[in-house]
Amino acid sequence: MAELQVAATELPEGSRHDLRRDLSPDAPEIEDYSEGEGAFGYMHSYETGSRLDGPGIRITLFLSGCPLRCQYCHNPDTWHLKHGMRVPLELIVTRLGHFAPALRAMKKSGLTLSGGEPLVQPAFSGRIFAAAKALGLHTALDTSGFLGSRATDEYLENVDLVILDIKSWDPDTYRRVTKQDIEPTLRFAERLAAMGKPVWVRYVLVPGLTDDPANVEGVAKFVAPMKNVEWVGVLPFHQLGAFKWKALGLDYELVNTPPAPRALVKRVHAQIRDAGCNVR
Amino acid sequence: MLQEVSSTQAWRKFSGTDWQNEISVRDFIVSNITPYTGGAEFLATPSRRTLAVWEKLQPYFREEAKKGVLDVDVATPSSLTSHGPGYIDRDNEVIVGLQTDQPFRRAIMPTGGWGMIEGGLKAIGREPDPAVRETFTKYRKTHNAAVFDLYTPEIRECRRSNIITGLPDAYGRGRIIGDYRRVALYGVDRLIAAKKAERAQIDARWPTEEVMRLREEMADQMRALADLKTMAQGYGFDIGKPAANAREAVQWTYFGYLGAIKEMNGAAMSVGRVSSFFDIYIERDLAEKTMTEDDAQELIDQFVIKLRIVRFMRTPEYDALFSGDPYWATECIGGMALDGRTLVTRSSFRMLQTLTNLGPAPEPNMTILWSKRLPEAFKRCCITVSKESSALQFENDDLMLPQFGDDYAIACCVSGMRVGKQMQYFGARVNLAKCLLYAINGGRDEVSGVQVGPAYRPVEGDVLDYDDVMAKFDDMMAWLARTYVHAMNCIHWSHDRYNYERLMMALHDRDIVRTMAFGIAGLSVVADSLSAIKYAKVKPLRGGDGLFTDYETTGEFPVFGNNDPRVDDIAVDLVKRFMDHLRVHATYRGAIHTQSILTITSNVVYGKGTGNTPDGRRKGEPFGPGANPMHGRDSHGWLASCLSVARLPYEHAQDGISYTLSVVPGETRQGEAERISRAVDALDMYFGQGGFHINLNVLSKETLMDAMEHPDKYPQLTIRVSGYAVNFIRLTREQQQDVISRTFFHGEI
Ligand code: SF4
Repeated sequence: MAELQVAATELPEGSRHDLRRDLSPDAPEIEDYSEGEGAFGYMHSYETGSRLDGPGIRITLFLSGCPLRCQYCHNPDTWHLKHGMRVPLELIVTRLGHFAPALRAMKKSGLTLSGGEPLVQPAFSGRIFAAAKALGLHTALDTSGFLGSRATDEYLENVDLVILDIKSWDPDTYRRVTKQDIEPTLRFAERLAAMGKPVWVRYVLVPGLTDDPANVEGVAKFVAPMKNVEWVGVLPFHQLGAFKWKALGLDYELVNTPPAPRALVKRVHAQIRDAGCNVR
Repeated sequence: MLQEVSSTQAWRKFSGTDWQNEISVRDFIVSNITPYTGGAEFLATPSRRTLAVWEKLQPYFREEAKKGVLDVDVATPSSLTSHGPGYIDRDNEVIVGLQTDQPFRRAIMPTGGWGMIEGGLKAIGREPDPAVRETFTKYRKTHNAAVFDLYTPEIRECRRSNIITGLPDAYGRGRIIGDYRRVALYGVDRLIAAKKAERAQIDARWPTEEVMRLREEMADQMRALADLKTMAQGYGFDIGKPAANAREAVQWTYFGYLGAIKEMNGAAMSVGRVSSFFDIYIERDLAEKTMTEDDAQELIDQFVIKLRIVRFMRTPEYDALFSGDPYWATECIGGMALDGRTLVTRSSFRMLQTLTNLGPAPEPNMTILWSKRLPEAFKRCCITVSKESSALQFENDDLMLPQFGDDYAIACCVSGMRVGKQMQYFGARVNLAKCLLYAINGGRDEVSGVQVGPAYRPVEGDVLDYDDVMAKFDDMMAWLARTYVHAMNCIHWSHDRYNYERLMMALHDRDIVRTMAFGIAGLSVVADSLSAIKYAKVKPLRGGDGLFTDYETTGEFPVFGNNDPRVDDIAVDLVKRFMDHLRVHATYRGAIHTQSILTITSNVVYGKGTGNTPDGRRKGEPFGPGANPMHGRDSHGWLASCLSVARLPYEHAQDGISYTLSVVPGETRQGEAERISRAVDALDMYFGQGGFHINLNVLSKETLMDAMEHPDKYPQLTIRVSGYAVNFIRLTREQQQDVISRTFFHGEI
């Protein structure tokens, strides 16, 4: 892969909203991937200044590779490792260093690893988190939790906040949404609760798919007793990622799904609040 | 010194003595200010009278949006006493005074240059008055005529080729801030007496050219002060005496400013730093129970109304550079005192409140002097007002305080100066991108092919070599800097002589600091171009005539605006390098060299006249405004973008570094309070990292596009461009498009 390392003298241009594919055409599928020490990894893009991906102001790195296939995924161009660019850890750490003084100057600001699924590359992402902590930054892991078992206790020591997507409660719905099982995510949530690790739960609200009252109720009741969960954030579905599905020749099932109406969002908020969670 | 009875009465209950013994508004302010750390909850809505006056003006605004210029008095060259009193609505005006006898009736000020008058009138289908024309073409030399007597063929060629553009050689240079507060605090009689004393001190000096010039200037200053008194008399006020209450303080100060804008059509006519000065009088009146909060707000609202209707005659060429009829009535709000107290007062809030009471507007150009130590409540209020109006700019008080002390103000957009103690010789800017292309082409203009610069050796070989290009570029910069300083010396010698700002300078000390303010445009284009040459492969392509007119760039290269030192270092180096070239050459009157990275809206015009550049920018495409990254190239979010700009060295650009950030109002799951906290944090961070200035726009492209199509729906839509705010619908279509094509960041700060 020598030629790719040459190309990777800089982190990828563009933002999470830009379509990218085949930046590393030779990259393996995630099942066949072994990252060794994590001195290299696959990355889709990065963005600075976000205030949605954690507390304060964030620099957000989108890693590529994801075991889920969510129907509403905004970033289907992060599913495969090959979609991202193979970059050396060193480069990421250097670049992070350029931003560190500014991030440290703002309350609770720091690095969020998102994707894709950062836990596809636990060694790589773990080392990025360690470097970010050494730079004095707040760190957040944005994950579906499906690969939660890969995040060792040592790994989580360098993570200040986990943003955990619980995409549904009902296992069938979960499978319909993601093509995977819900179990690993729930086990991960319980483990984080036992550790007392701060968590923001996220719930994407898709009309006709995840809006069933019992489904919402299930998540809320599951989360409510967990003292480590600071917020449950409800993300109303919107169509912003649709163009990527089309460009990748994927079959986008939510073409005709409307954005979540205000009334529905209100209902779901109330349900979650009534269960005893902080919701927003 | 014995005080007259009138001063004793006017200065009742004020503390401090230095300011009583000598002219020192700064000492008066720090001795008497009441810093305010609370919130905005005390503020009042507009009074009935304010609304009546504002209502009266609306038809004028509407007409003007359609027609441009409404009316001109072509027969009366403007001076302090040329026009009798004018009113908008006599019964309801609390603060009075117009530039001419009618609102929106523009005046002519021919001493700057006759061409500006002729061109301005022609553009609106009006004829100049023959007698006035004869006077200023035959009997009275103008600034413009003098400059062209002094210019060399080389300078003329540089102007024609747009490598040096926007020079104040045909219009008033502006950027001078009279200390208008002195009129209120001391009264004009005392100011004249002080000038007389200062003048007497130089009677013994041998009459060198310098001394004679100063004597003549001071005589003019004193005459101007006397005329100012006459002007105010026309409105029934005796401003010979100090102002005795808040209403008089605002009125006297406004008269000072009005006098300035009657005599000088300057490119930028700042107000200075008046709101916290007014506050001292307001606090006293409130304590004496002669005033209520409603009255206080009414005063400020009505003062601001006057500042919103300043109008000058300008030419279409001028408008192309500085679009939307700006005049930069810049007012500085906030900041800290040297003793650690804040200079935020209740009247700082009252000033911001005018944007709510009267709706958003580009003028006065409200400038927040931001310090980390500002009261939290004030910071939060600024963020809220900024979001609602997009009318505020923020500048780094922590950076300027050590430089200028605690009584400085901003001329134009970003030029700091001590009020009444410092002035600048304004000098627009050079086109640095063109200079790079000249270096590549051996001094020939890439558009016309004309040999404008020195005939150095053009580049050779198939691929541009970074070191070779840099060496050639450095030589070309040295030539450009020399020509530029040369031109500026000619301009300001002529301006001092034929278009002297006698009133504004009367409101300064005799011995002042002068700076000569140079500027560069196209910084990000040049940085990106050099980055392309350094990190990618750039093949220069010959057009006809052996000229390199295009570039084939292969490979990736870092671009300015992503907090990437590989290219940001190039930009930093360029700023210092050009500044050092300027510093080599002696300036007129020993002025200190400074430099700005600011374009106003001229980035469009500059781009238009500049050929293809190695960064991939096509011929005619606008530059990034001010110190901004090129449109769309700051692709990793606002944080990266603003950090690149924050790295530019203020010590080599002390006339200011302008940065405009547009963010789209976004979803706020965290709630409003949290949103404001983060924005406050972000501004503290940006300035803490060395940022100098930020224009904050909070609006979406869609709104702007709609406003382009339906201007009637958006009469007051205000947007900040490089260094100033404009009424969006009054921009040219081209400039509107430019604004829309800029980077808008999602997820506001
Ligand atoms: S987990 Fe995230 S990246 Fe993966 S498919 Fe789902 S939405 Fe897309």
